[in-house]
Amino acid sequence: MKPGFSFCGAAFAAVVLLAGCASGVKLNEEVPVESRTPTPVTEGAGAAGGAGTASPGATSQSQVASVDLTAKGGAAAADGLARIVYFDFDSFVVNEAYRPVVEANARRLVSDKQRRMVVEGHTDERGSREYNLALGQKRAEAVARALELLGASANQVEAVSFGEERPAVQGSNEEAWAKNRRAELKDR
Amino acid sequence: MPSRRPSRRHVLGTLGACAVVSARPAAAQFRVEIAGVGATQVPIVVGDFRNESASGTAIAAIVRADLARSGLFRSSNSPEALDERSSIVAADWRARGVDAVVGGSVARLADGRFDVRYKLWDAVRGEELLGRSQIVVAADLRLAAHRVADEIYESLLGEPGVFATRIAYVLRSGPRHTLFVTDADGERPQVALASAEPIISPAWSPDGRELAYVSFESQKAVVWVQNLGSGARRQIANFRGSNSAPAWSPDGRELVVTLSTTGIAQLYVMPREGGSPRRLTSSSAIDTEATYSPDGRYVYFVSDRGGSPQIYRVAATGGSAERMTFTGSQNISPALSPDGRLMTYVTRQAGGAYKVALMDLAAGGGTRLLTESSDDESPSFAPNGRLIVYATRERGRDALMTTTLDGKIKTRLVSTGADMLEPAWGPFNR
Repeated sequence: MKPGFSFCGAAFAAVVLLAGCASGVKLNEEVPVESRTPTPVTEGAGAAGGAGTASPGATSQSQVASVDLTAKGGAAAADGLARIVYFDFDSFVVNEAYRPVVEANARRLVSDKQRRMVVEGHTDERGSREYNLALGQKRAEAVARALELLGASANQVEAVSFGEERPAVQGSNEEAWAKNRRAELKDR
Repeated sequence: MPSRRPSRRHVLGTLGACAVVSARPAAAQFRVEIAGVGATQVPIVVGDFRNESASGTAIAAIVRADLARSGLFRSSNSPEALDERSSIVAADWRARGVDAVVGGSVARLADGRFDVRYKLWDAVRGEELLGRSQIVVAADLRLAAHRVADEIYESLLGEPGVFATRIAYVLRSGPRHTLFVTDADGERPQVALASAEPIISPAWSPDGRELAYVSFESQKAVVWVQNLGSGARRQIANFRGSNSAPAWSPDGRELVVTLSTTGIAQLYVMPREGGSPRRLTSSSAIDTEATYSPDGRYVYFVSDRGGSPQIYRVAATGGSAERMTFTGSQNISPALSPDGRLMTYVTRQAGGAYKVALMDLAAGGGTRLLTESSDDESPSFAPNGRLIVYATRERGRDALMTTTLDGKIKTRLVSTGADMLEPAWGPFNR
């Protein structure tokens, strides 16, 4: 603990630690599982193969039909309010320094129960993409739990992860890595 | 095979290099990087197929390049015209240091398809080994050439070749993410999916017709399955949180995926059409990167339940997990050989380097490193179990490599100005 910590800060840290640790506190058993019926998406589904004749045996086994999503215009626009929590290496504990960020966003959610936010977890590039996706998820969940413990309701916040796929900064050094280990709070 | 004289091999190699028909930009091919010391190479002549120029595909050049890339052949063109009806004087070829000879032809049929015929002769024993014919549409002429190479490989070496198989990978160029499917030689890349958002973790269905992958197109990780022939796609896991790391069961009826609905990544089994997930692991740590054993009995996966990410396995029906890796601060991204005896994975070394490693599961877990590079990712086995494809970093770019299981022969596939990621070697079926 830092010298001169306030009761408030300690309580917050405890809350966040509880949220971050995978302890016996089952805060998340109630999270609804969204069951979607798979719907076949047909955009860009082209005809299979070369000559297009229907006769069996004349169908190509090599042709791959292309699906192009780039025309759909990808990323949601940034809302101009950068709300970012940074993490230490291999850590998913929300640092005391980012308490104001979490508190301010929790207040916005508490004051407007219609408001929805997404917390995006990110990691640095080291390690496998899938493990980093899971680690980023853990970071996002830690921030989401902190928001909930400060009064936001679970259905207002979804934690997702981009793992190492969307770095804030390019580069393979500690300076870049530190800027990429983060959770971003975004309005939905 | 009889002993071979280096001087002859050198002469033939030079001849072959001069005679290569270059139909495509060379940069698109896997290139042999490091040839193993003492590797035995079969000297083989593959003459240009009669009338192949009329087909628009340099059939024999593709066969020669396939065989050479395996590291197990020294291939060259024939100095004189050859086809499947040629009379082969074995002694003449033997005198030139050639062990095997291939001659063939291509004929256009009335319906527009092509008949690709060839014969393979053993010049050492003076006998015909193969005489085959395939009828294919124009778009499958490259596939036909790869099949010829596979048949020659199997006839001379006694095990199946993988030249007719395919590899999926992701190309990342600025904001553009493209899932490609390419022939195993790196040629003829075809776009399966183009997106402005990341795509990771492609996984081939056992029948080779579908790819499962993770796409971030909806601003979160969702598992999709796409039919390669039609382009039809379906979401098979889009639950709260992240959905990722698809792995097909060997019978193709189910996939293991990683879901975070409980707040942390855990493994679940999904029907291939999507639907209700069945939980496979229950831990308070990250469980992800699942892969089935080829017999379907086990699911190997990565978990940090012991403090650092290590490889475990659990029975496919569930139960308690068994730790598989013990040395190294991190061991991640497991993939099993088709016979289930070997496991390749990425191990983190003391200095922070990530290298492809191989563990002999059948022989009590002995391990060895296969690479000298330091940023290796995503190894997977070729379907004949003789090669591993993986991603590595070179001069600031991600490139794809293949290696033999002894680490001696490596090939590299590079794309200028773009990163090549997440290779997955497809099955024999296509």
